[in-house]
Amino acid sequence: MSRITYREAVKAGLREALIGDPHVFLMGEDVGRYGGAYACSKGFLEEFGPERIRDTPLCESTFVGAGIGAALGGMRPIVEVMTVNFSLLALDQIVNNAATLRHMSGGQFSVPLVVRMATGGGRQLAAQHSHSLEVWYAHVPGIQVVAPATVTDARHMLGLALREPDPVFIFEHALLYPMEGELDESPPADLLHAAIRRPGNDVTVVTYGGSLWKCLQAAETLAKSGVEAEVIDLRSLRPLDMPTVLASVARTHRAVIVDEGWKTCSLAAEISAGIMEGGFYDLDAPVARVCSIEAPMPYAKHLEDAALPQPEGIVSAVMNLVGRHV
Amino acid sequence: MSEFRMPSLGADMEAGLLVAWQKKPGDKVRRGETIAEVETDKGIIEIESFADGTLEKIVVPEGERVPVGTLLALIQTADEAATPTASAAPAVVPPASATPPPRGAPSPAVTGELVPTSSASTIPRRAVSPAARRKASELGVNVDQLPGTGPGGAVTLDDVQRAASAAPPPTAAPPPAPMTDAERAARMRQTIAAAMSRSKREIPHYYLSHTIDLEPALAWLARENERRAVTERLLYGVLLLKAVALALRETPELNAIWERDRAVTRPDIHVGTAIALRQGGLIAPALHHTDRKSLDELMAGFRDLVNRTRTGGLRSSELSDPTITVTSLGERGVEAVFGIIYPPQTAIVGFGKVVERPWSIGGQIVSRRVITASLSADHRVTDGHRGGLFLSAVERLLQEPDKL
Repeated sequence: MSRITYREAVKAGLREALIGDPHVFLMGEDVGRYGGAYACSKGFLEEFGPERIRDTPLCESTFVGAGIGAALGGMRPIVEVMTVNFSLLALDQIVNNAATLRHMSGGQFSVPLVVRMATGGGRQLAAQHSHSLEVWYAHVPGIQVVAPATVTDARHMLGLALREPDPVFIFEHALLYPMEGELDESPPADLLHAAIRRPGNDVTVVTYGGSLWKCLQAAETLAKSGVEAEVIDLRSLRPLDMPTVLASVARTHRAVIVDEGWKTCSLAAEISAGIMEGGFYDLDAPVARVCSIEAPMPYAKHLEDAALPQPEGIVSAVMNLVGRHV
Repeated sequence: MSEFRMPSLGADMEAGLLVAWQKKPGDKVRRGETIAEVETDKGIIEIESFADGTLEKIVVPEGERVPVGTLLALIQTADEAATPTASAAPAVVPPASATPPPRGAPSPAVTGELVPTSSASTIPRRAVSPAARRKASELGVNVDQLPGTGPGGAVTLDDVQRAASAAPPPTAAPPPAPMTDAERAARMRQTIAAAMSRSKREIPHYYLSHTIDLEPALAWLARENERRAVTERLLYGVLLLKAVALALRETPELNAIWERDRAVTRPDIHVGTAIALRQGGLIAPALHHTDRKSLDELMAGFRDLVNRTRTGGLRSSELSDPTITVTSLGERGVEAVFGIIYPPQTAIVGFGKVVERPWSIGGQIVSRRVITASLSADHRVTDGHRGGLFLSAVERLLQEPDKL
């Protein structure tokens, strides 16, 4: 175990991939000379050269499309999109090409593309750089969507994604890059399984990405009141590991879903519906959701804080469900 | 508040076993809707509500056998619900430290709190978490009277478990096993014995018979059935039923029910049709409004009744409503049947088999298919004169089958 930052973990994963396979190359806005918008590829241009570390124009549709083409042509491209807000320009390439070509070619082609992008708010970057739109991708069959929340997942998910024959989208919460954590050198077994980050028997808190740490903080507060929350880190947003969630709910009988996306049509909504379908008779209280408020992300700090899920809100959602039993 | 009691499904019924509730407290019920299943000597009968409203409270749990007239449930009728009451307060939630209600006394009256009493226009369904509901049914805990400590006063898993540990263990009262066929057959015989003995003891029967030329009806039926798909064909029995029902309009005195010490003529004609059961015995459920139904409706209704009589699923009104019974033993080769009246009805009509007989028409002897109709009637209520008019009417009606 060693202590590194999330950024260092992402960088180590990228570096390992570039060294390990000559077909791997990195492409995106400012990944070369600037070293990456979040400094995840600093020094790579010098180390791997301009053939493999390619700066692209500000045109998401073009460079994501180029990545799809390269993947079809036998390369293993890693495309970095600066934030999920900007990735919407590439939605056509992603939804209509990356996600469909295996299906439409009757399995003759696959698109082994990895796209990384930053997501999430909390940095006063306002309404065009701060949203959590990963659910838009989790909606689409044909692609896999993951969200590393820990340094270990940030370090290893890229390597696992590069083994997949189909497109994988990796969402890195921008607040996590400077976060330090213990790195577990042995890679997780796969991309598909949710992880129980904190065991507990009173309530299941389901979350992913940047919200994991708010949930763990809330769980500590709850523990002081005698409420033991089980915190599940989904890791994979598509497919969802509902068996892990349902097994936990069967023990705790209560669930709170914490999702930085907007509540309407959110991942939280999908998970909630999955609990209704598979765990209705286990529930002792209605499923609760803690999501971002339904507004474009405010710039002002106090408003942005108020718009995002916060540990206090998670605590009160849990207490609402279990309060009188404590 | 209307009281829903164990109905009498025949003069001979003394008790019924509440097999299952089909409605829960808080559920809306409509008049005529099935709300419970009761096992009687005649099998499992679906009991209908006689009022529109909301099922307020279940008094007799599933699995109990109770005498006729026992209060089973309370129904808040629709017009009561329209009157606002002051008790619409939300459930009071006991503090977390509330001790469980004393052993054996889990009623809200004792704990002095909560239970959203019937509020105005909507009686809110008791909020019980799915997990609590499942646990309650496993442990046999009645959630309707539990204090709820969950969000919004909902009954939670903990509440159920607390109640289960406070309440006396469910005193090994598994619902009595349903009767075996042999037991049911034995009971059925006892039931018939009681009813028929009482009838013969109390009712002064008189008997009439009348042989009816059935040729026109059968010829019409043959022509009619030729035009129809096999599944739509009519049996001659429905012509007989319709003729009886229409004849009763002309002699309503026979469509009467004996109440205490006198007969009361019933405005509606519900002919009970005797249906033999495979395991022995018989039931005569009503084909409601027999006189107003078309032959097709009667045919469909009769098929349905036979089906449900033999598989279970008769409705309480079908057993309690017949105003007269028709029995036919023709298919068993019987020429004429003189039935015993099923109290509190005051008449029973019998039909024998269709036979070919020499028949004189305008001085000519011809061969005709005929049937013997008989009437057993209560002499306290009608006389032979009235009975004769009735059978003549049946005969006349059967001569013009296309008008039935």
